Amino acid sequence: MGRDSFLGTIIVALVLCVACSVLVSGAAYVLHDRQEANKLRYQKENILKAAGLIRPKNSEASEYDSEALLAGDFSNKELNSLFESRVKKVLVNLEDGSIVDPDEVNYDEYDPKEAVNNPEQSKEIGPEVNPTPGVDRRPKYQFVYEVTAKGDSEKVEKFVLPVYGKGLWSTLYGFLAIDADGETIRGITFYEHGETPGLGGEVENPKWQDQWDGKLAYDDGGEVIVQVVKGTANPDNKAYTVDGLSGATITTKGVSDFVEYWLGKDGFQPFLEKHAKS
Amino acid sequence: MAKPTPKDVLFNPIFNNNPIALQVLGICSALAVTTKLETSVTMAIAVTLVTGLASASVSAIRKFIPGSIRIIVQMTIIASLVIIVDQVLKAFAFEISKTMSVFVGLIITNCIVMGRAEGFAMKETPWLSFLDGIGNGLGYSVILIVVGVIRELFGSGKLWGIEVLPVYQAATETDPASGWYTPNGLMLLSPSAFFLIGIFIWVLRAFKPGQTNNDPTL
Repeated sequence: MGRDSFLGTIIVALVLCVACSVLVSGAAYVLHDRQEANKLRYQKENILKAAGLIRPKNSEASEYDSEALLAGDFSNKELNSLFESRVKKVLVNLEDGSIVDPDEVNYDEYDPKEAVNNPEQSKEIGPEVNPTPGVDRRPKYQFVYEVTAKGDSEKVEKFVLPVYGKGLWSTLYGFLAIDADGETIRGITFYEHGETPGLGGEVENPKWQDQWDGKLAYDDGGEVIVQVVKGTANPDNKAYTVDGLSGATITTKGVSDFVEYWLGKDGFQPFLEKHAKS
Repeated sequence: MAKPTPKDVLFNPIFNNNPIALQVLGICSALAVTTKLETSVTMAIAVTLVTGLASASVSAIRKFIPGSIRIIVQMTIIASLVIIVDQVLKAFAFEISKTMSVFVGLIITNCIVMGRAEGFAMKETPWLSFLDGIGNGLGYSVILIVVGVIRELFGSGKLWGIEVLPVYQAATETDPASGWYTPNGLMLLSPSAFFLIGIFIWVLRAFKPGQTNNDPTL
């Protein structure tokens, strides 16, 4: 049997594929723990960034919280200790906005991303939901990160809400910070997405994210009003519109829609109405 | 052709037969990742390792590779190695991997890797092929690092993220004006890498006239 025979070709192809897949999955398995730790750290970093507890380089320190870390210039330990002291994680029942008792659901073990795949722990987002975040299901319980004042762990300054939804190519995962008044947006960040770098990927651009600070989330009737518009926002509506990203119409439309969804009645609105003071 | 010696295959690609400067391969990634020295060096190491290992593995099984599927076989090996490099970066250099993940994936289509596998490793022994891969990777690295240094230095006044040329900042209410260097924005855009690589080729050919192409039909 020669190497160029029909059978030889098939055998070589098969053996090679098996060998390569063993190699690749072996690498993925061995490195999995480290990669997860990196992801978790990056998630924490983004929560603090959305909450304004990490200040970008070249920014005035006085505009930020006195404990804020300088971006790119802190250790793991500093990050963790700031997170411990200023952020409190609560699990929220999205149905009525109540906080789930830690005795009922273990906070450390509950993973909203896994809950989505479990029919008992998640809810279908039907076609009648408008605007839709572009994903089929959402977990029944979702974490909210309460950012508390310096030295006073009872006084909540901001709520950091996890938001996610479909852009053009991928599901974007991010955090939206809302002021304690439950109405004013304080920041947005994205920590995981697969949009085109330079186009949709510009949602990571701090300059674009800065625009969100100070926008009004709801109108007088309690309807979600904040949105991303195509092109430049009309100056009259500046209080609640964010300029779109050029070359990224579909991505920014997706962001606009899922932010509206998560701030709405199906999302965190019941929670904010119950727990924010306004 | 004389039998290649290990020394030749390792060092020739750096200046005498540089994959970018003489063969003009692998330009695409050289434009994309060289705005900063740090990403240039990471990319250089990644490509050098992948080229070396891919050539060695292809050469090791070259007697078994059926001619009809040889390109796919090479591709599979290269792709697997690139995925492993990407995984390693995600685990040990997370910050860099975020800015580079797309370009790391594109090492698969880097003509240098494929070119060495098909042009050299299919005929030579694994050890020689490994050295040839590493040598070509180093040739690629030299250009990437030179271009990276120039682009980062003149584009943002920094080297490896550390400010070297103090960037001019206009006076504000609180601070007086500082620095004197106004960054050249063109250096951060891809065309500047074209110019720099062009100048590099020019200088190289001025010193080594043998590399000049005199055929007017080309």
